[in-house]
Amino acid sequence: MAAPMQETAIRTGKVARTFIYLVLLLFAAFYMLPLYVMFVNSVKPLAEITGGGMMSLPSVFTLEPWVKAWSSAQIGVEPSGLSPYFWNSIKMVVPAVFVSTILGALNGYVLTQWRFRYDTIFFGLLLFACFIPFQIVLIPMAKMLGVMGLAGTTWGLSFVHIVYGIGFTTLYFRNFYAVFPSELVSAAQIDGAGFFQIFRRILLPSSGPIAVVSIIWQFTNIWNDFLFGASFAGADSQPMTVALNNLVQASHGVKEYNVHFAGAILAAMPTLLVYIVGGRYFVRGLMAGSVKG
Amino acid sequence: MRKVLNKKAVLFAGLVVSSGSASSSEVEVLHWWTSGGEASALNLLKQDLESQGIGWTDMPVAGGGGEQAMTVLRARVTAGNAPTAVQGLGFDIIDWGNQGALANLNAVAEKEGWDDVVPEALKTFAKVDGKWVAAPVNVHSTNWVWANKPVLDANGIEQPTSWADFEAALKKLKEAGITPIAHGGQAWQDATVFDAISLSTLGAEGYTAAFVELDAEVLRSDEMKEAFDRMAVIRNNVDDNFSGRDWNLATAMVINGEAGFQLMGDWAKGEFVKAGQKPGEDFLCFRFPGTADQVTFNSDQFMMFDQGGEVSHEQEKLAAAILSPEFQSSFNVVKGSVPARTDVSDAAFDSCGKQGMKDLIAASESGNLLGSMAHGHAAPTSVKSAIYDVVTAHFNGEYDSETAVVELADAVEISR
Amino acid sequence: MASIAGADMKTRLQTWLPKLVLSPSLALMLVFVYAFIAFSVYLSFTDSRLLPSYGWIGLENYTKLWRLSHWETSLKNMGIFALLYISICTALGLTLAIFLDQKIRGEGLLRPIYLYPMALSFIVTGTAWKWFLDPGIGLENVIQGWGWEGFEFRWIKDRSLAIYTIVLAAVWQTSGFVMAMFLAGLRGIDNEILKAAQMDGASNWSLYRRIVIPQLRPAFLSAFVILSHLAIKTFDLVIAMTGGGPGRATELPATFMYSYTFSRNQMGIGSASATIMLITIASIMVPYLYSELRENH
Repeated sequence: MAAPMQETAIRTGKVARTFIYLVLLLFAAFYMLPLYVMFVNSVKPLAEITGGGMMSLPSVFTLEPWVKAWSSAQIGVEPSGLSPYFWNSIKMVVPAVFVSTILGALNGYVLTQWRFRYDTIFFGLLLFACFIPFQIVLIPMAKMLGVMGLAGTTWGLSFVHIVYGIGFTTLYFRNFYAVFPSELVSAAQIDGAGFFQIFRRILLPSSGPIAVVSIIWQFTNIWNDFLFGASFAGADSQPMTVALNNLVQASHGVKEYNVHFAGAILAAMPTLLVYIVGGRYFVRGLMAGSVKG
Repeated sequence: MRKVLNKKAVLFAGLVVSSGSASSSEVEVLHWWTSGGEASALNLLKQDLESQGIGWTDMPVAGGGGEQAMTVLRARVTAGNAPTAVQGLGFDIIDWGNQGALANLNAVAEKEGWDDVVPEALKTFAKVDGKWVAAPVNVHSTNWVWANKPVLDANGIEQPTSWADFEAALKKLKEAGITPIAHGGQAWQDATVFDAISLSTLGAEGYTAAFVELDAEVLRSDEMKEAFDRMAVIRNNVDDNFSGRDWNLATAMVINGEAGFQLMGDWAKGEFVKAGQKPGEDFLCFRFPGTADQVTFNSDQFMMFDQGGEVSHEQEKLAAAILSPEFQSSFNVVKGSVPARTDVSDAAFDSCGKQGMKDLIAASESGNLLGSMAHGHAAPTSVKSAIYDVVTAHFNGEYDSETAVVELADAVEISR
Repeated sequence: MASIAGADMKTRLQTWLPKLVLSPSLALMLVFVYAFIAFSVYLSFTDSRLLPSYGWIGLENYTKLWRLSHWETSLKNMGIFALLYISICTALGLTLAIFLDQKIRGEGLLRPIYLYPMALSFIVTGTAWKWFLDPGIGLENVIQGWGWEGFEFRWIKDRSLAIYTIVLAAVWQTSGFVMAMFLAGLRGIDNEILKAAQMDGASNWSLYRRIVIPQLRPAFLSAFVILSHLAIKTFDLVIAMTGGGPGRATELPATFMYSYTFSRNQMGIGSASATIMLITIASIMVPYLYSELRENH
């Protein structure tokens, strides 16, 4: 299934190639810029930042802001740093990503291999749901979580992310399975293989690339979510983004920008890692299906 | 709520049995003092409660001067899972009180004698229908001017006491190539400046008529127009990069001598102190010219949410701890504000703090202690935000003063 | 006999199983999306302020909404933002993908650099952008420091230009992702066709215009879905970079709705704005989804 990595056959001249490299490098600089600002300022003492020169390299190099952001910065009444919140995020993200990906895979499987009368309408409903602004669901969702006894828990947060993640995961898997040769499925059906057997034996083994896409997408979105995390988390389940926001948004106090930037990079580490490690598979996964209508 | 709390309580009790203590009680506190000095100051309260055997579950949510926390509060109340105590400001407390969501603290208030020591103006927000529902932590006052003393001295400027003096001082600074006013163009900062300026043109009575009673005639009056004209003067004396700047960066401009003045609440003092400056020597703090007798205030309070019909023992303890003179003193020294009760010793405060306490008592006695419009202590949030819209639009050049007063009356009307 | 009945049961189960598998998702969708939308629409006709309340007031919230000048500003901004954001991301993503597809050395390094912004949350990247765009400390200051005294870049401070800085930061965040989608599309195109066309002496430009780009249609469609979804939800970005300012110049419908519903205690007006937003989204997305899904049949 995984299409071979082939380069296009188009030939380019020397001048054109220089130009292309130039453009590519220019944009690489553009993309790196904010990270540069964040990183450079996270290794400076505070006085150097407030004294101006926010773009310049540090004249005194220090790792103290990083240590402070991770383990001793004041977040609420506790000088705990970001570390305890890291695990809250992990506990929320892992089940949410797992369940929504499984559901998306099953939905995609049914929608492409077990077509029924109103399947397009079902898919349309699911897809349109991706477009609702999340701000409007806060109050009714709070009510439902209360009713279900999940208010203020990590499970509740995972649940919310699963609900609003299904649309996209289904979209990815449906598009991927749509180009799957249906002869394989009908052959298996003739051989008497059941619904789940076909899924497990025939589709699942080749779903690697699209699973990577779905997992990366879900992981990034859920990890970076602030709105749901802030609104539905309890005291002991607040995720990393909420803690980071608590760290950077001093209302009437001194702002330690170096610590803020260090904290921001720390909070983004898992997603950065996912992109850097998984990036190659990501393009391959996209290639293998999701961008083919 | 019940279920979650009970589960927690059971778990907690289970843990505690082995250590032999009998306490299984705790408070959950939702607040937005999430970082730096103010968070560590709040820790004093936590320790105080812990010494009385009451646990503290911290629920910090920062953002937008408490806006994010209020969103969370709404979600929590809707889910039937309200925290025990919640930081609240001005009309938010009254709104929640009117929803019947707050507990009655009258018993502890009587025992501790709050009615005698808390200024009347604060009680407007701490009491709903004659019932104490919140415990005030501090009083911030907002009509302060902060100035770099060496810069003023170098340019031959005395501490201005009238608008004319102030305008002349601005002119001198501008000619000397110094940014006269350090300002951050964010709606709440524009409104903070407008607070002081409109008070200077309207006087205490007019200010109340305009922003508390929302009298359309006063909102459209010439004095209000004059206030907008003065805002335009301020606008002409800020630097080009003012918009979107955080207030503390504006304060840094005064500290560094890049700018002469800043109009900001008393929390700005912390920045000067942190930079090693001394009041009276390196920097000056004085009331905005023309408002020397008045104090516009905002007060952080902790609302106690009803836990099933009655106020809990822990809530009473927490409320009493908040209003204890020791905590009021130690917390407010750190926060830059002044105590919410008038009988606290000023020994631990610096000269600006001492003056603030004196001003508060004097203003309270003469009826000049006014809730700050900009900080939600004059009109409900919806009206406050509508006023913000007009003030900030005028400050950014969308309206002239003539249009601004008409828009102001109109916006207030829509938002009521 | 028994085995036949058993087999019958099994077949029947097999026919129901697919629908059974879909049903949890369907149930979740109906309750947590469509019922919630209905609830929000209902609230727009009530006197809700701090919390939902059920006093019916008809269209009053809507008439109030249209009297608010910054509601119009936010709609206009949405138009500008969505149009520029979607088109620039698409154009840039496509260009970078085509360039990156030319047997570039160091592609493995460039690709994650283009992609990583998607991994960061705007809570703090917003601050980095804010600084960078601030004339006093950012780009303008630096370039002037290099000796180009006349250089000016103060969009973020300008009421009529600030919205474009939001576009800039948003493009920064997602154009790499769009690039990845196009790159994947490009790699999926059969090389034989290209070679044949090249033999016929077609120029590179016409090769792309005539053969490659039309084949990327599915990638364009996916990019459009993802970009419009992100455009509608743009929220953190504005809050972090400008807070809706200068004045209210960079307010978007999402920030407008949030502030009325939650910070201004005017839930009724907030819900009315949400309803209008939803109608707008539906009127664009439903025809699109309809044609898209029908073609797939």
